[in-house]
Amino acid sequence: MTKDILVLGGGIAGIQSSLDLAEMGFKVYLVESLPSIGGKMAQLDKTFPTNDCAI
Amino acid sequence: MSKETLAFYEEPRIGVFVCDCGSNIAGHLDCSQVAEYAETLPHVVYVKENLYTCSESGIVEIQKGIKDHNLNRVVVASCSPRTHHPLFSSSCAEAGLNPYLFEMVNIRDQCSWVHMGKRDNATHKAKELVRMGVAKSAGLEPQEEIESSLIRKILVIGGGVAGMSAAQALAGMNLEVILVEKSSQYGGLLRQVNTLDTGEDALESVQALAGEISTQEHIKGYLSSEVRDVSGYIGNYDVRINTPDGEVADKVGCIVVATGAVSLIPEGLFEYDGKQVVSMMELEQQLKHNDLSAKRVVFIQCAGARNEQREYCSRICCMMAVKNAMLIKEKYPLTDVQVLYRDMQMYGTHKEQMLWNARGMGVRFHVYDPADPPRVAGGNVSFYQSVTNEEVSLETDLTVLSTPLVPRSDAGTIANMLRVPTDQNGFFLEAHAKLRPLDFAADGIFVCGSGRYPATSVEAKTQGIGVASRVAAILFKDKLVKSAIVAKIHPESCVGCMACLSMCPYEAISYNPELRVCEINEILCKGCGNCAATCPSHSAELKGYKAEQLLAQIGAL
Repeated sequence: MTKDILVLGGGIAGIQSSLDLAEMGFKVYLVESLPSIGGKMAQLDKTFPTNDCAI
Repeated sequence: MSKETLAFYEEPRIGVFVCDCGSNIAGHLDCSQVAEYAETLPHVVYVKENLYTCSESGIVEIQKGIKDHNLNRVVVASCSPRTHHPLFSSSCAEAGLNPYLFEMVNIRDQCSWVHMGKRDNATHKAKELVRMGVAKSAGLEPQEEIESSLIRKILVIGGGVAGMSAAQALAGMNLEVILVEKSSQYGGLLRQVNTLDTGEDALESVQALAGEISTQEHIKGYLSSEVRDVSGYIGNYDVRINTPDGEVADKVGCIVVATGAVSLIPEGLFEYDGKQVVSMMELEQQLKHNDLSAKRVVFIQCAGARNEQREYCSRICCMMAVKNAMLIKEKYPLTDVQVLYRDMQMYGTHKEQMLWNARGMGVRFHVYDPADPPRVAGGNVSFYQSVTNEEVSLETDLTVLSTPLVPRSDAGTIANMLRVPTDQNGFFLEAHAKLRPLDFAADGIFVCGSGRYPATSVEAKTQGIGVASRVAAILFKDKLVKSAIVAKIHPESCVGCMACLSMCPYEAISYNPELRVCEINEILCKGCGNCAATCPSHSAELKGYKAEQLLAQIGAL
């Protein structure tokens, strides 16, 4: 069985799953249709309630 | 001696990277001026201004700078170290620089945000902060990261749907799980519920999960048991559990808190008597046992919630009210069902549709004003209806109070035992609302389900599975690697006064009576520096924040 993982979509859900899987030692291929990852979150400026810069 | 260590003894060659953060920083101060100024500072050999230093191209600039200009120190002047320090320091490490030779200056929070509209002042302050950062950077030393062993076993506290889902997912990854449930059966709050919003029988669904748990070879379950004591640290916790067969001691690598919540009993609210005025959980039982005889039912939402005492929204009660209103209409079509509400929280595709369906079935919804809540008296509910500007009085046989979930009475005890925080309402508080929703600030301890915040059964399950993933990310590794920024106590000058012991919030310091000195447990130490600030003989120091490094920083101001 191939143990590499394909994650479709590079928004916050896709990125977090990829990171956790990579931490577990798996090879992850993260595919995003747009030129940059981040999804909707990357289009926000500051986010409630911590006022962190979303990017 | 490695190449990394050698760099420390060489003349400092500092690279400074000034971030515009789009307009977040550059919009409120002159980043180019800050960059020009940085070039004039001692030991600075390379300066670069980036649009976004944290973007891929920004990171490449840092790594290129290290290689092309032989940098042995890097300073980034940008945003909060809390969110971006790990990214920049690991990028330095990738380029061959010891990550502890990286220093960060926060010119966003401390300059552009707090001095918005005062461009000159913000620019001036940014220059000063950069000068301080550069001065500290020159004295930084390379550090070796700390390694320790890991026990591949997890303690899950709480056998509700969240805890069981976490245990099942972890066991599915071949990790050993100890599942501790206080009551005599698994299932938690769902055992009191009649049906799920999908129409599925709640008890059957948790019993199915409990059945899988009890046959899973990797899960050791303890019912009617409580965790008595926890000591140790991530990867190596010692736990003691009180079970009906006596005390059990074991060692685990991570801990999952899935202790859940309880439904508020509405004593003293809306004439609650448990007969004509009941709580939602009591209605669930009446429906389960088919002994609903009322012909007129009124639901009152937000009973005891979203008020001064409990400011939060319990989030699941609207869905439960609509679910039960529809169930009553299905079983007893002639029963009159009315719902008094403030706002309906029916988020998502499925729940919003439920609300429409309920209306179609003849359930009537009325808004009430929280400043003038409904009055319940002798089979009658009256309230002010703002839409028609009139008092409305509804005859009722049964009034159902939608009460919120509240933290369990022993949540505080568990929080103290594990040294994890709770919020103002008594729910467990996660490390970061957005970046780390299932982690506690303490490494190796995680939270899921309604103990954190009222959750639906689906959410509790999702969080349980999410926690399993967070735990696996730690326990699938060969060993634990931890930041070198920890305190150190020099035994030759320590007099064993123990002043640092009481200052340490992580209980990382112990007294060695043989040597009569205080000693640090490097794994427990989180590098807060309290001991270093307290020690009267300056024997305690924090790596990366030594007195001479901080004095150099202050001296530059």
